[in-house]
Amino acid sequence: MTFLKVVAFSLAMVFAFALLANILPQVQSNPPTEEAVDTGSLDQAGQIAWGERLFTGKGTCTLCHNALGRAPDLLQLDLAAEFPSRIADPRYAGAAKEAEGPAAVEAYIRESMIAPSAFVVAGFGKKGTADKISPMPKVDGPPISLTADEINAIVAFLEDRAGLEVTVPLPSAEAVAAAESAGDGADGGPAETAAAAIVKFGCGACHDLEGSGADVGPKLGGIGARLDRAALRRAILDPNAEIAKGFEPDTMPQDFAEQMRVSELDLLVDYLSNLPAAEAAR
Amino acid sequence: MSRSGKILLACVAVAALAALPELAHAAGALGDPAPVPTRADYPTVGGMGGRPVVWGLAQMHLFLAAFVLAVPIFVLMIELAGVLTRDPRYDAMAHEFLKISMAAYSFTALTGGGLALALFLFYPVVMDYMLRVFRGQVLFYALLFGMESVFLYLYYYSWDALRHGNRKWMHLAIGLVLNDVGLTLMFIANAWTTFMMSPAGVDPLTGAITGSVWEATRNPLWNPLNLHRFLANIAYGGAIVGAYAAYRFLSARTAEERAHYDWMGYTSNFIAVAGFLPLPFAGYWLMAEIYAYSQQMGITAMGGILAWLFIIQAVLIGTILLAANYYLWCGLNRSEAGARYAPYVKYIAVVIVGGFLVWVTPHSLILTPEEVRILGGTTHKVLGPLGIMPAKNTAVNLMLIFTFMSFQMFYRSGREPTVPWARAGNAVIGALYIAGIVNIVLAGIYGYITPTVYKVGASVPQVLTTLTIIIACAVIDGFMGRGARRNKIHWGRMSTRSQYALFVLPVAFTWLMALMGYIRSSVRTQWHVYAIMKDASPEAYIPTIGDAGNMITTVTLAFMAVIVFVFWLSQLGATKQAADSSEAPAE
Repeated sequence: MTFLKVVAFSLAMVFAFALLANILPQVQSNPPTEEAVDTGSLDQAGQIAWGERLFTGKGTCTLCHNALGRAPDLLQLDLAAEFPSRIADPRYAGAAKEAEGPAAVEAYIRESMIAPSAFVVAGFGKKGTADKISPMPKVDGPPISLTADEINAIVAFLEDRAGLEVTVPLPSAEAVAAAESAGDGADGGPAETAAAAIVKFGCGACHDLEGSGADVGPKLGGIGARLDRAALRRAILDPNAEIAKGFEPDTMPQDFAEQMRVSELDLLVDYLSNLPAAEAAR
Repeated sequence: MSRSGKILLACVAVAALAALPELAHAAGALGDPAPVPTRADYPTVGGMGGRPVVWGLAQMHLFLAAFVLAVPIFVLMIELAGVLTRDPRYDAMAHEFLKISMAAYSFTALTGGGLALALFLFYPVVMDYMLRVFRGQVLFYALLFGMESVFLYLYYYSWDALRHGNRKWMHLAIGLVLNDVGLTLMFIANAWTTFMMSPAGVDPLTGAITGSVWEATRNPLWNPLNLHRFLANIAYGGAIVGAYAAYRFLSARTAEERAHYDWMGYTSNFIAVAGFLPLPFAGYWLMAEIYAYSQQMGITAMGGILAWLFIIQAVLIGTILLAANYYLWCGLNRSEAGARYAPYVKYIAVVIVGGFLVWVTPHSLILTPEEVRILGGTTHKVLGPLGIMPAKNTAVNLMLIFTFMSFQMFYRSGREPTVPWARAGNAVIGALYIAGIVNIVLAGIYGYITPTVYKVGASVPQVLTTLTIIIACAVIDGFMGRGARRNKIHWGRMSTRSQYALFVLPVAFTWLMALMGYIRSSVRTQWHVYAIMKDASPEAYIPTIGDAGNMITTVTLAFMAVIVFVFWLSQLGATKQAADSSEAPAE
């Protein structure tokens, strides 16, 4: 009897702890996904919007740069007013002061990301370094590893946020110009409709779409009721992440992230979200 | 062999052993970058990925290893106390403690082997890299594991053969070597774990090996984790043998048995709390080093996705402290002198419960949209400030001080100081408590008015104050206890309910250990080796608290089942079948 009482008491305790874990807010933290951005078709507004997404997403900037005081709150900071005093500070060891006007601000923001210890705002340095070393990682190296285009997009976002002139060039202005001078471009330009995208990327070769009748891949009718837009996006860009029952992995191309433009991906996601359940749209 | 020959042979053996990790240098391509795993590098078995299997096995192995490594540490200390006090009860109790852990040893080896197998099966690329980094150290680990087995069996089975006189010192020496080997084993395993969090000795961009095995071993988080696990293991081991003692107390049929197991339960609780009291400070050091290594990693743990887990941690630690204090308060009934401390218990209870409530108060509340609208946000105006670190640090330090006070009351209930300076000593102790508590509260208030980056620093004087009070009071009490008049302690005079507090400790400790392990591992986010090797498996996400809690509960239940079996085995070993009269030899 004693044994049973002790076991019942211990089990009750264990299950109470489990219950507590299950009633707290439930959030699953997924690894950051690489966003497929068609840099060739970005305009400045698109670059700024991309920069904002990177600022809160892959760049993990808001982990520290928020209202909690671990690092300057960049979304509240008046950078235009603060900037002159920062590069005039005797502790400033960067190269941004060699530039002038808006170009200097752009250089300063970029420098603060790839060489954060060039200037550390007082009170935010690594412990014991007298504000000489920043606790911030260099964003172009691991674990953040932003590309040059992504860093530029964040600079554009911060310039825009501060009400400054956005001086960052578009990521591939040269490529766009080259594409324009060559007529329609190498790939015939972005698809304008979902049907065109389906043809362009050969979706109908495996899926029963637009009347193709193919059955190599799963039927997609009514898929919008089962998967939300984010899951649809993931299923296209990372098809092996989840394989439908009865189908083999590695059948669908893995490189749509490189091939597709954002607008084309959006067209396909819109199309799939609204695909009727009864049959594939024709 | 001559004496000098033996010494020479020993030196060669030691040198070979020390060089062993580097001997395998040639086997691996050290200059190669770390591999970049793809989805195809993560095999599944029966559709199941590696994470739940490795998680479960690793946690089970850690539970058992913590137990079997901790028990010999305090067994050695109790055995030594028996030699110094010439009280044979210590020796008998130490032997009984060791007997309990013996049965758990083979389970530890079994889960360790299973874990290694699962790691190589499910994470071959990661293990290939880890083997390249730590090279021959793995062989050294295997060698130590063999030595651990030899010395553990030697220590246990030679107990009666080396019981008296100089032979006892030989036995203690065996125990010392056993603990050296055991701790070295733990430190090596800790190096592998912490390397994955704060890699060293490798190129930060490519992961190519640039340093020695020793450089990878002494990575920034190695020593903080070593200290944290050393203390936690002692607390954990004490809690588990305490449950054994409590069960034997409840099942005892004679007053003598009750007295023995009551004393054993008290000692176990003492060991558990003695290991537990400095643990938050070791945890603080570990977290401070995590912040120093990577602020992002620190914020992920304390202020990001994992922050809610610390509310569960608060509940678990609060439960442990309440149970340990309750057991101590019940223990005041063991002596007549204990009654004079009874009036103070209610005040200590208020502080412990109050501290517990502050600790579990979250900064942001879980509210419906309507409640958020009424409140004007997710933070309560009055309770919200209790959700941040200055309040929690203050609460924890006060809880620890008052837990120590409960201990001190029980200790004093058995002694009447006779030293002439007893009155002055009491005054100093009282002044220490008052000044310390005021200092902790003031440092807590300062934590509110200082910028965030200094808030953590504000807890340092609080920690130092708590440690000062505990150490100074223990030293003063030790001197005051010299030549003290002993009051009669009635061992066995404990309520049934009090024994359940001793079951609370191991259950809450087990759950807590698994929770903290989950947090420690999750701060790496999507990295196998932080910022060096990404996890490309479909399981590279941090699960929800509920999913993690369910896994922790499953492993805790499995461990409890193993421990019940281990207890049963140790009792079975002491059971003798009565002779059947029909089988008695004919006259």
